[in-house]
Amino acid sequence: MTMSFTEFMQHLANGISLGSLYALIAIGYTMVYGILRLINFAHGDIFMLGAYLTYYAIVFTSIPWYIAFILAAVITGIIGFLLERIAYRPLRDAQRITVLISAIGASFFLQNFATVVFGGRPKAFPIPQLLNKIVNLGGVSINIVTFIIPAITIGLLIGLNYIINKTKTGMAMRALSKDYDTARLMGIDVNRIISITFFIGSFLAAVGGIMWGIKYPQLMPLMGSMPGVKCFIAAVIGGIGNIGGAVLGGFILGLGEILLVALLPGLTGYRDAFAFILLIIILLAKPTGLLGEKVTEKV
Amino acid sequence: MLKIENLHINYGGINAVRGINLTIEDNKIVTLIGANGAGKSSTLRAIMGLVKKAQGSIKYNNEDITNLSTVEIVKKGIVLVPEGRHVFPNLTVEENLILGAYTIDNREEVEKNMKEVYNIFPRLKERHWQKAGTLSGGEQQMLAVGRALMVKPKVLMMDEPSLGLAPILVKEIFDIIKRINEQGNTILLVEQNAKKALEIADYGYVLETGELKLKGTGKELLNDSRVQEAYLGESRNKAQ
Repeated sequence: MTMSFTEFMQHLANGISLGSLYALIAIGYTMVYGILRLINFAHGDIFMLGAYLTYYAIVFTSIPWYIAFILAAVITGIIGFLLERIAYRPLRDAQRITVLISAIGASFFLQNFATVVFGGRPKAFPIPQLLNKIVNLGGVSINIVTFIIPAITIGLLIGLNYIINKTKTGMAMRALSKDYDTARLMGIDVNRIISITFFIGSFLAAVGGIMWGIKYPQLMPLMGSMPGVKCFIAAVIGGIGNIGGAVLGGFILGLGEILLVALLPGLTGYRDAFAFILLIIILLAKPTGLLGEKVTEKV
Repeated sequence: MLKIENLHINYGGINAVRGINLTIEDNKIVTLIGANGAGKSSTLRAIMGLVKKAQGSIKYNNEDITNLSTVEIVKKGIVLVPEGRHVFPNLTVEENLILGAYTIDNREEVEKNMKEVYNIFPRLKERHWQKAGTLSGGEQQMLAVGRALMVKPKVLMMDEPSLGLAPILVKEIFDIIKRINEQGNTILLVEQNAKKALEIADYGYVLETGELKLKGTGKELLNDSRVQEAYLGESRNKAQ
């Protein structure tokens, strides 16, 4: 088995690109878990909605594609906000398992809702001309999207990092992830911060969904379930609750998946299994995830 | 003036607090003493709207605040330093202080208040960049108090500020409480260290299994034989 350097670079670029998508989606899981200790199973379906909304905005209106992208991401963010209001907030004081069941229910609802409204037949994602160019870099032919995806991801990560670390809202999010009651004592409106968290997570998932559509231009109502599970795994591998961990986990998973198939073509059929095997190994070796902290309390 | 009337609190069928009345006058130090489980912390948390009240009313300056949310109560200038400090361990000292002033939107005001807190607790300034979880217990207590002062509270409530601190730090904390009070803050202090609390208090209440047993000025209670016997552990020494 031999592989030229240029081929390897091509796979590497693809892996980074896929990893960025995973990272964007994984952030939503980890942010919600960090604050609510809830695995938002509907997150993968939010990602699907982001892709579909973009499709409808481009195909059925005459607005420019970049406006359609932003619009779809914002609307998906609002849907995430509504999801929390409808499916999770009424259960705020309920046991965790109850909320988890509600999350699974929300996921099924969104998938079936999409099947009914959007139809079960796959739709072709309308890729803007500008983003559908093959460039030749030192003998390597790569679709320009492969570079755009990581670039947008990095831009969003810088923005998110600023929000989390420099703004009062971000500080409140970090405070909430440790101590609800004390956060309330500071005058923090807990519900408002949770709403913002869901908006941000869903917005990022929508951006992931849009870029996914450009990379794999086929939309289906169930398209969110496998990426959803994988990105949840990415978040766990990195250490759930830790945003840097989600990004790291996303890149490890994306790169690992692509390189596995590239280096060992015989294992192509096991591509999806890779994430699960990696999850098992990490859980055995470091149950808190790569960047996860052990929870200790000083009394 | 903060007025608590006929406050009842239930926890799953247990009556933790049973019809207590408290009056906390402006610019005074008022203390609530009592054994573990007497309902002191519950009372403070109920005032802040963190615990449901089964009955009763809470008035601040003749305004009914019984059913206000915690956020609204904080905006009225009533603040609680929770038992066990509860600083945000994953945030820096400075970020903890900024969150203390969460309800203040004016950035200059926040910075001004932070300077004043750093004046009271120079140690916090030295460690402003450090994660609060890495501070010692005493430093965390200072941070918890400093964080509460960030909104310039009118009524500062403290739940067991001396708990788990070395004696020298206990003295320091009580000195600070007195200083804060001298700057015009009303203080409602819950303490197990009854002697220290009564020494600095203008007025005190003794709570026993959810009911008010005694009240009086700090001095009166210090000299009350029942208080001495139950909370100060002194009567036997005197008899000998």
